Amino acid sequence: MNDPYRPLTAPQVLDLYFIENRSRVLDIASFLDRIDRYAGADEARAEYRYQALMRTLRLLVESPGDRTRAIQLSLSDPTSEPLDSAVGLKAWGAWEGAQHEGN
Amino acid sequence: MKAIDPHIHMVSRTTDDYLKMAISGIHTVAEPAFWAGFDRSSADSFRDYFHQLTVTEPARAARFGIRHYCWIGLNSKESENLKLAEDVLAIMPEFIDRPTALGIGEVGLNKNSRNEIAVLEKQLALAAERNELILIHTPHLEDKLKGTRIIMDIIRADARIDPARVLIDHAEEHTIGEIKDRGFWFGLTLYPNSKGSPERAIDAVEIYGTDRICINSSADWSVSDPLSVLKCANEMRRRGHPEQAVNQVFYENPKSFLGQCPKFQAD
Repeated sequence: MNDPYRPLTAPQVLDLYFIENRSRVLDIASFLDRIDRYAGADEARAEYRYQALMRTLRLLVESPGDRTRAIQLSLSDPTSEPLDSAVGLKAWGAWEGAQHEGN
Repeated sequence: MKAIDPHIHMVSRTTDDYLKMAISGIHTVAEPAFWAGFDRSSADSFRDYFHQLTVTEPARAARFGIRHYCWIGLNSKESENLKLAEDVLAIMPEFIDRPTALGIGEVGLNKNSRNEIAVLEKQLALAAERNELILIHTPHLEDKLKGTRIIMDIIRADARIDPARVLIDHAEEHTIGEIKDRGFWFGLTLYPNSKGSPERAIDAVEIYGTDRICINSSADWSVSDPLSVLKCANEMRRRGHPEQAVNQVFYENPKSFLGQCPKFQAD
């Protein structure tokens, strides 16, 4: 019970998680290719969720050490005013207002 | 190892799941009242549901040697209906008084609307009057950051509520820091598709420490896994963390938070 904490090294982390994350990147690439291949691709690419996803991909490169939080914030509603009603509303995964603010 | 799942919806799970949990080391669970996947038509539906949480599930769990506790509350998805909310609030004290009810939860916000906030304020007032533990549901996805901040502002404005007796659940990378800074416990939820993974949860443990964190499956009727807390514990172990730290996160921490209610005992 008193064994010392022996944290992994970064090369060990790379070794342990590389294959599964390689697969995840390919899943994202395949998802984007699928949109390109199907009818209505221009409409889908113009939609706010697609645009939000594109911004997150840039953050993967531009936010070393804080990528996860930066992506979470980029997808979030940053406002503070309550909605007048929630009837018929659901969460979609990205904040539509970001597109209008040019974020 | 022994683990506590501090947030799981066993009314939506099979009896086989109880067996799997028992033989895997989960011998204590806490089940918050939640949205059933559809809007209920009257407070009578909630009366039956609260009976299920306080009588039926503890008995079903006991057959497998699992201690089952619950939380009583009106979820935020059904809080737009103010008449329903008023009726449900009226019957809640009867069920909070039952021997396995730990407090008020999971209550919070869904889309951050004015009615949701009004109903949350009433449930927080009830908790403050009775000095009950509180389990907070935070909104999903793009609404989480805004809702978490609104909820924390409301709670901190009521001096009767000690943040050390409040767990703000479904926290993620962009909300954990603010929750901890304001003195609350926080929960991380492991959902295969829409919430956190074991890897991200243990990243949070490494970044924010093992203090005031509880990790749960929130397993319910959707895509979820009642053994996910054990899989997450294994993720912590395979990174080289000592058993003592693993035990703290997955057993001692939920025991400490839930144990603030004198009704709670862990196996």
